[in-house]
Amino acid sequence: MNILRKKSAANLPFSETAIELFIRLCGISSMIFVFGIFFFVFREGASFLFNGLDLGQFLTSVEWQPTSLQNKRYGAFALIVGTFSVTLLAMCIAVPFGLGAAIFVSEFCSPKLRETFKIIIELLAAIPSVVWGFIGLTLMNQLIIAVFKAPIGLTMLNGSIMLALMSVPIIVSIAEDALKAVPDSYREAAEALGATRWQVVYRVLLPAAKNGLLAAVLLGAARSIGETMAVLMATGHSVNIPSGPLSWIRTLTATIAAELGEVARGDEHYQVLFIIGILLFTITFVVNLIADLVIKGIRQEP
Amino acid sequence: MRINGRIGYTITYLFVVLACGFVMNGCSPKDETSVAKAEESQFIIKNKGSDTMVNLAQAWAEQYTDVSTTASVEVSGGGSGTGVAALINGTVDIANCSRQVKPKELELATQNTGKAPQEFIVGYDALAVYVHQDTPLDKITITQLAEIYGENGTITKWSDLGILHSDCPSDKIIRISRQSNSGTYFYFREALLGTSRDFRIGSLDLHGSKDVVEVVGRTPCAIGYSGMGYATSHVKMLEVAVDSDSPYYPPNLENVLAKTYPIARPLYMYSLGEPTGEVKVYLDWILSTEGQEIVEKLGFVPLESKSE
Repeated sequence: MNILRKKSAANLPFSETAIELFIRLCGISSMIFVFGIFFFVFREGASFLFNGLDLGQFLTSVEWQPTSLQNKRYGAFALIVGTFSVTLLAMCIAVPFGLGAAIFVSEFCSPKLRETFKIIIELLAAIPSVVWGFIGLTLMNQLIIAVFKAPIGLTMLNGSIMLALMSVPIIVSIAEDALKAVPDSYREAAEALGATRWQVVYRVLLPAAKNGLLAAVLLGAARSIGETMAVLMATGHSVNIPSGPLSWIRTLTATIAAELGEVARGDEHYQVLFIIGILLFTITFVVNLIADLVIKGIRQEP
Repeated sequence: MRINGRIGYTITYLFVVLACGFVMNGCSPKDETSVAKAEESQFIIKNKGSDTMVNLAQAWAEQYTDVSTTASVEVSGGGSGTGVAALINGTVDIANCSRQVKPKELELATQNTGKAPQEFIVGYDALAVYVHQDTPLDKITITQLAEIYGENGTITKWSDLGILHSDCPSDKIIRISRQSNSGTYFYFREALLGTSRDFRIGSLDLHGSKDVVEVVGRTPCAIGYSGMGYATSHVKMLEVAVDSDSPYYPPNLENVLAKTYPIARPLYMYSLGEPTGEVKVYLDWILSTEGQEIVEKLGFVPLESKSE
């Protein structure tokens, strides 16, 4: 293999060798970046993580008082609960919409309409998160006050709706790909047996594409967990264990964004924010890994 | 697979964006040189720090272009902490700070740069306590505020303050605060609770002085604190007293100057070492009548001696 490649490389003109080298560097660079970022985040937080931080308190206490003068407490439990609850609620909204849209686009709509839909869905993905946050802060805030008679509209529900709208495009594109990957012979066989269109979707396509659909949901969830600006602006940014969709919350990401700007470099508080970074990195890594394994699952199936 | 097609699309898109970036970069050197020529003879004063003061610093810098032909000022925000950090690293000429720089930080700056930072009070900022305009409450004491905002505080409902708030059916006071390392947060906490008590968690921690006032203006149940200059028609500023035996004062210029309004703080500028040359001229101008007029125009309180 190696000899073959060398031989062919020798015959190639210089420009092609250069391009090949460039592309190879591009490929390797992403790997370097990921490890570089992980190394950097870890290095900044490591000394306090292993020496001083009470990990039990960090993971179970709701007391987030990083700037206290006499008794600094770094309890991130409320932030962790906030991140997961807002993501869960967002997925409750986004999954039915996303999968429904994917099934419609892939199975029920005419080819012409399909292209239009795909372009519009991709447009939805292109809206910057700060714009979503802005919509949450102004429009959705008023709407939630009016509809739910809530005292204030900056709530978990507000953030979840924003996150749902942001992850729907991801879910739709990946789920649609998964549905499209189901061989046409399945559909034809089902229809030949007299199944209605809905029965084809429900009994044949969904079971056949289930891994791909699960991966779509997980990648959507990973997007929600990592989202920062929109949740910072829309959820009220309050250290609070939520008691319902109309409670205000604070997420891990928003805490880093809000506090890192003014914290002294190398300080305990600075390091704790990086430890939150490590925690986030781990969470999204695990979610992405699961999604990846699930996608691998579909590839191995016929 | 289809996924690959999409990634390919994204990569193409990225290349297009990059290419546009290069094209734009290609154009810019022309502009840069012309700007550089205009400023060649000018001394640039680097000014950085407090977000509370960034509008003020910007206004000074703009006005100063009419005053001085030999120097211009470059202002950036980022927070008091950022300003102090820049001072310690010796990368600014003047740092803005809405709190006093700690002795430890002064020591660090002296060690690092060999010059001891000099402190200048350039104006005052009064923190107003805001409620929604329909709240049937006009005055409040520091003691009450401490019980509202402080850890293990006893006041959580509007009825605890002795009022019936008909626009707030839940009766629960919604506390609006600032992110935990803004200079405003620090000052308000110290003014209310001293150094031994913390704020109670569960407040809505907003990211700017203006946001606090906006949210309070839309939320009948809310109470919040922010600079006096940010008031709008949707909110009411409460009169504040130290405790129930003391007189109440509304936040205004006279009361801040007379030091009777209890939650007002000085705004600081720090120079690296005794100011010299253009930096000294600039600081002198800020402290002059003309500089102090701008302080008042932006809703802050000018220095006593200059306003008389």
